[in-house]
Amino acid sequence: MTRILLIAEHDGSTLNLSTAKCVTCASEIPDAEIHVAVFAEDGVNLASEIAGLTAVDKVIQVDNPANSYPVAAVLAPQIVALAEGYSHIFGPSTTFGKDLIPRVAALLGVNQISDIMSVLGSHSFKRPIYAGNVIVTVEAPADQPVIATVRTASYASIAEGGSASIEAAAVDADIPGHTRFIELKSGKSDRPDLQTADKVVSGGRALGNEENFNLIYKLADALGAGVGASRAAVDAGYVPNEMQVGQTGKIIAPELYIAIGISGAIQHLTGIKDAGTIVAINKDEEAPIFEVADIGLVGDLFDVVPELEAAINS
Amino acid sequence: MRPVRAWSPLVEKILVGLKRVVDYNVRVRVRSDGSGVETDGVKMSINPFDEIALEEALRIKERGEANEVIVISIGSSATQQQLRTGLAMGADRAILVETDAASDPLTNARILLEIIKREEPGLVLLGKQAIDDDNSQTGQMLAALWDRPQATFASGIVLEGSKAKVTREVDVGLESIEVDLPAVVTTDLRLNEPRYVKLPDIMKAKKKPLDQIPLADLKLEASTRIDETAFAPPEERQKGIMVDNVAGLVAALKDKGLL
Repeated sequence: MTRILLIAEHDGSTLNLSTAKCVTCASEIPDAEIHVAVFAEDGVNLASEIAGLTAVDKVIQVDNPANSYPVAAVLAPQIVALAEGYSHIFGPSTTFGKDLIPRVAALLGVNQISDIMSVLGSHSFKRPIYAGNVIVTVEAPADQPVIATVRTASYASIAEGGSASIEAAAVDADIPGHTRFIELKSGKSDRPDLQTADKVVSGGRALGNEENFNLIYKLADALGAGVGASRAAVDAGYVPNEMQVGQTGKIIAPELYIAIGISGAIQHLTGIKDAGTIVAINKDEEAPIFEVADIGLVGDLFDVVPELEAAINS
Repeated sequence: MRPVRAWSPLVEKILVGLKRVVDYNVRVRVRSDGSGVETDGVKMSINPFDEIALEEALRIKERGEANEVIVISIGSSATQQQLRTGLAMGADRAILVETDAASDPLTNARILLEIIKREEPGLVLLGKQAIDDDNSQTGQMLAALWDRPQATFASGIVLEGSKAKVTREVDVGLESIEVDLPAVVTTDLRLNEPRYVKLPDIMKAKKKPLDQIPLADLKLEASTRIDETAFAPPEERQKGIMVDNVAGLVAALKDKGLL
């Protein structure tokens, strides 16, 4: 019997959209019963939100003060304690899931599949390797649980309107004290979240400094878009690291992606491959970004961007 | 002779994992029969994230906070080349667990654990992922099997007594955690910029010890592998259009219903 345990990602009060995307992936596995486990200090609201996702059959709510902030070494033994009877355990391929799921797999003594981008069957999947330059088909052994992370950019969120049951579970696991959360620093912003925004505007090194990056923010605000950046712009200190789009930053799939002053290094392109429409604005007509752009405009960003912003606002 | 230190180091040994991978500048190609990725005659290098791990270990040692940096790799005898590069960067000695078989993350974690039992390092540094299989698993698996803390995607490491404070690059920003040592830390891009190897160091590295251990000697439990059954290039995006000016861009976006 195919029974899937998904690990929900959240910040204590809000469910991360990666969870609804993982449910979509799990729902593509034939005849699967889907359970979602939520580990929190007080997961009552989160559990009811998850119960409203279609395709979810049951929500398992594990409340524990130790789960007030997600620490892989703390969560992994609790997941292992729940693992009995599940043919699959999935988490998102975000920094949360990438940190956690391999630890679970090792405790269960099995290998893990990273970044599922397509489901071919209950034990057969496609995933990207070599920064997305190669797609490999993988087959997991039939006699072991399938432990995997789901590449969230490959999936849309599952629809709401479900009514799964919620079960509070007490989990018997040894929780280690060797890893302690201290603090989380994040640049709070009123703009749409980069990872889930329908539209994203990104700036590159050509912006020249932190102040000029305001051009990007203004255009993004005119569009109601999230804001990203190339690795070069992050390394140059124009913007904080969490704005980096690319293989080592965020992998995103907005409907519209506008790359401004970004040359288009392979590692950046890896992060935007699944975007609906890619627009490139760059002074250098030879820039590799034009090879993947759906709409390209050769021009000086300092002229083009304010003009575009004005056109959108008018 | 080692200089006499006024203080004792925080950790005696640091173990650093180096994986041999296709150089990051190489544009990889799928073999025409789809059986794998072409690696014949392709330049091989240390996985860039592992190079960052080694650089960090060397800096910790240079601050007097560790006595010895050991590099370890798993692979064919050709992998000696990457270990020699690691020695030239400044590692004190190297261990090669030799196998011609393609290895999987769980097996790699079991191998590293076996070496840890022999060497008892106070800190294990690995790259956050290898740029070939992009798995990002081995460090986390090792920490689980070793029953020790993990601090993945590190962009800052500070050793304090028997603990380490690690800054992690997570999706929403920068997270700080404290872990008891020994621990496994996996390194992200912005932790440091690895040094270049100088010619005299390459000469010196030839004299540094490199132990070769056949994998069979470790007598490990075999893991069940995830089979890779087909390889293909990704689907190409359709060729786009060029517009001459902002008006053209706005029209094209409206055309697609995006404005």
